[in-house]
Amino acid sequence: MMFGFELNMSYVLIVPVVAGAMGFALALVWWERRILGFWQDRLGPNRVGPFGILQALADMIKLMFKDDWLPPFGDRFFFVLAPIVVAGSMLLAYVVVPFSPGWVIADSNIAILWFLAMSSLAVYGVLLAGLASNNKYSLLGGLRAAAQMVTYEVFMGLSLLGVVIHAGTFSLSGIVEAQAEGLWFCIPQALGLVIFFIAGLAESHRLPFDLPEAEHELTAGFHTEYSGMKFGVIMAGEYVAMILTSCLTVLLFFGGWLGTPEGWGLDWVHPIVWFGVKVAVVINFFILLRAAIPRPRYDQLMARGWKILLPLSLVNILATGAIRLATV
Amino acid sequence: MLRYLKEEADDKYELLFDLSAIDERLRQFRDDQPDCDFTVFYHLISLSSDRDLRLKVALDDGESVDSITSIYPVADWYEREAFDMFGVKFDGHANLRRILSPPLWQGHPLRKEHPARATEMDPYRNSPEFQKAQQDSLRFVPEEWGMSRTAEHTDFMFLNLGPNHPSVHGVFRIALQLDGEVIVQAVPDIGYHHRGQEKMAERQSWHTYIPYTDRIDYLGGVMNNLPYVMNVETMAGIQVPERAEVIRVMLCEMFRVASHLLFYGTFAQDVGQMSPVFYMFADRERLFSIVEAITGGRMHPSWFRIGGVCQDLPEGWDRMVIDFCDYMPKRLDHYENMALKNKILQRRTKGIGAYTAAEGLDWGITGPSLRATGHDWDLRKNRPYSGYDQFDFEIPTAANGDCFDRCVVRVEEIRQSLRIIRQCAENMPAGPYKADHRLTTPPPKERTMQDIETLIHHFLNVSWGPVIPPSESATIVEATKGWTSFYSISDGGTMAYRSRVRTPSFPALQQIPFISNGFMVADLIAIVASIDFVMADVDR
Repeated sequence: MMFGFELNMSYVLIVPVVAGAMGFALALVWWERRILGFWQDRLGPNRVGPFGILQALADMIKLMFKDDWLPPFGDRFFFVLAPIVVAGSMLLAYVVVPFSPGWVIADSNIAILWFLAMSSLAVYGVLLAGLASNNKYSLLGGLRAAAQMVTYEVFMGLSLLGVVIHAGTFSLSGIVEAQAEGLWFCIPQALGLVIFFIAGLAESHRLPFDLPEAEHELTAGFHTEYSGMKFGVIMAGEYVAMILTSCLTVLLFFGGWLGTPEGWGLDWVHPIVWFGVKVAVVINFFILLRAAIPRPRYDQLMARGWKILLPLSLVNILATGAIRLATV
Repeated sequence: MLRYLKEEADDKYELLFDLSAIDERLRQFRDDQPDCDFTVFYHLISLSSDRDLRLKVALDDGESVDSITSIYPVADWYEREAFDMFGVKFDGHANLRRILSPPLWQGHPLRKEHPARATEMDPYRNSPEFQKAQQDSLRFVPEEWGMSRTAEHTDFMFLNLGPNHPSVHGVFRIALQLDGEVIVQAVPDIGYHHRGQEKMAERQSWHTYIPYTDRIDYLGGVMNNLPYVMNVETMAGIQVPERAEVIRVMLCEMFRVASHLLFYGTFAQDVGQMSPVFYMFADRERLFSIVEAITGGRMHPSWFRIGGVCQDLPEGWDRMVIDFCDYMPKRLDHYENMALKNKILQRRTKGIGAYTAAEGLDWGITGPSLRATGHDWDLRKNRPYSGYDQFDFEIPTAANGDCFDRCVVRVEEIRQSLRIIRQCAENMPAGPYKADHRLTTPPPKERTMQDIETLIHHFLNVSWGPVIPPSESATIVEATKGWTSFYSISDGGTMAYRSRVRTPSFPALQQIPFISNGFMVADLIAIVASIDFVMADVDR
């Protein structure tokens, strides 16, 4: 009601969602290192706890007890603010994510817009981190982040419009329900899926698109000066963003919590399980991309975005709209 | 004279291979050479007619010689090095500063009066004033590096890449003048890894210097032993038995494969591909297990000896070697699909940092990087040493001389090296693994208790090491990264009077500004990755 939100479940969900997102982000750090190790012919962290699963915990403890250093040459206020913006905006985006029917903090009718707004806000965090550090590598990282995010933000929004046209709603629950009736949108919106996924990679700056960090060029890019828990928050923010993008991909294109069609004898499986399994698959695909693909050059990435992906997403909208008009 | 030799002589000397100096003041045996305090020598090579020429210029202390940077651009750093090490001045050199030692270093290290050991010096004191002077001397002033702060409508940004940066492969620093992310000027700064290899050679016996050579190109292992021991063998007139030669070739090629594998992995990694380096390190590990079985060491076995190798091959070595030769080509196909055929990697490296063969020679580029420009000179084919003429292999070349081609050539070289290794394993000749020569093999230990002569010779050979007859010699080999040469002078002692190490990485780094200005920072990383250097090989 207020700001267009419809509260259909109590605020009780907030704590488990935040804790869950952070917890999964931590576990994901460990999982990524293990699975990368498996693919790369090595072991990965396997010493702390069974299968090394407590490694994430140990890392977190280490980060928490590290000297909380503020660069004396930087801008202290924005330096501290930046990680909070990065992680905070990504966590806020979870407000509108329906994990299964009714399991959502705020089932808004503008959920997609909220998600886009929050992911745009995260850019400010990266940009501020780059500027406030007063370090040249950070500055270059921040500038790259700004340019990359502005570019990919544009057609991330556009790529979603096809789905919106199909479903006739901006509500994520509504979009999932719309997929229950027909095909999942990954089939009619295959192009939109590819574009959204690429933009999502860029948003969470994961390896093929990690130019703001680009270890081999900019040491650590925008977070070069960060250490201790502030670095931990930035890193957690990135993994939270990765989970978020995976959730959105599943919700928009792979039928969210929907399981197999009726009559396959799998109706007893709870929707949250379907959702979890699908998200896990997408996340692993994220990791696989990281293991497999090199990093394009900054200007090549930009050119690709504006010259290929943007026209494609426009074509996608036009085609979807035309089909929709013809069939209705 | 030099300009004539480069441009007009019948045999054009395209390559200034080496330039340094010799402190002659304590030298006793120097027949038919003019009396002087210092000698500056120029080693020129004519690839077109396969000739070497060593020019020597006699100088008295304080005299200077004309700079030749306008004829051979590569002379720039070599002249700076000669100035740094000997205090020889070059007239007309635009930037005659120290290059390897710190800016406030006292004296010139390779002069004979400069102490070689800390025990010969006064205790080190670092007064607050000196410390401040040192810090001030290290302050970055763009003008001193030949950079301007502003241009019309532009303020430049200066970025200090290194000495500690994930992509500079060691302690290497590049000062960048940037316009946005575009490099206006890149100025490399070296010397952080300088250990005084040439000075140490003057304080180690001919034999005990061998382990130091391993550490020059520390990825090349025994490959560095080879030019050194071959050079000493030439001076001493030692004939190496056939079996020792083949063992040497086999181990050298193994280290070439190991070094190129590491190059391949880090090359892919520096353009942002995460996984290949792990596979290549694992394969390198297999290779090291063979090296370990044969020599007992891994990266630095120091296994070659003057006159042969340290020990005979162990039982079962051939099975291990053949297994590896069977295994590796399939992996290389796999890596080609993964890395070289990747479109993103190709876009990052094709057309980046390209130069022609003539430009490469101007800058002293040798080895695989030169062959990437289409020049097919390979010392193993053109001047076969250690029995390379007995092997059947090809010299891979490419055409464009860009980052991508430099990688392609090295990958193909791995395959050719595997062919050579297989031929070694299948045709290993029988016989001794070390020459029976009094300068390299002490008399049998059992006989030392029988007569005094044998005892004396054994004792002197083991405690002092061999006395190499007064002479000079230089030997070049096709090492992993290009041509490595040792130029040693014996003054009839148990140690070298002067030992000059010429390495391929040194000129390659000097060339960086020439091939990277105008590109972006990300391209510079690809260029640096494609050069294939190690800082120990640069600074020595």
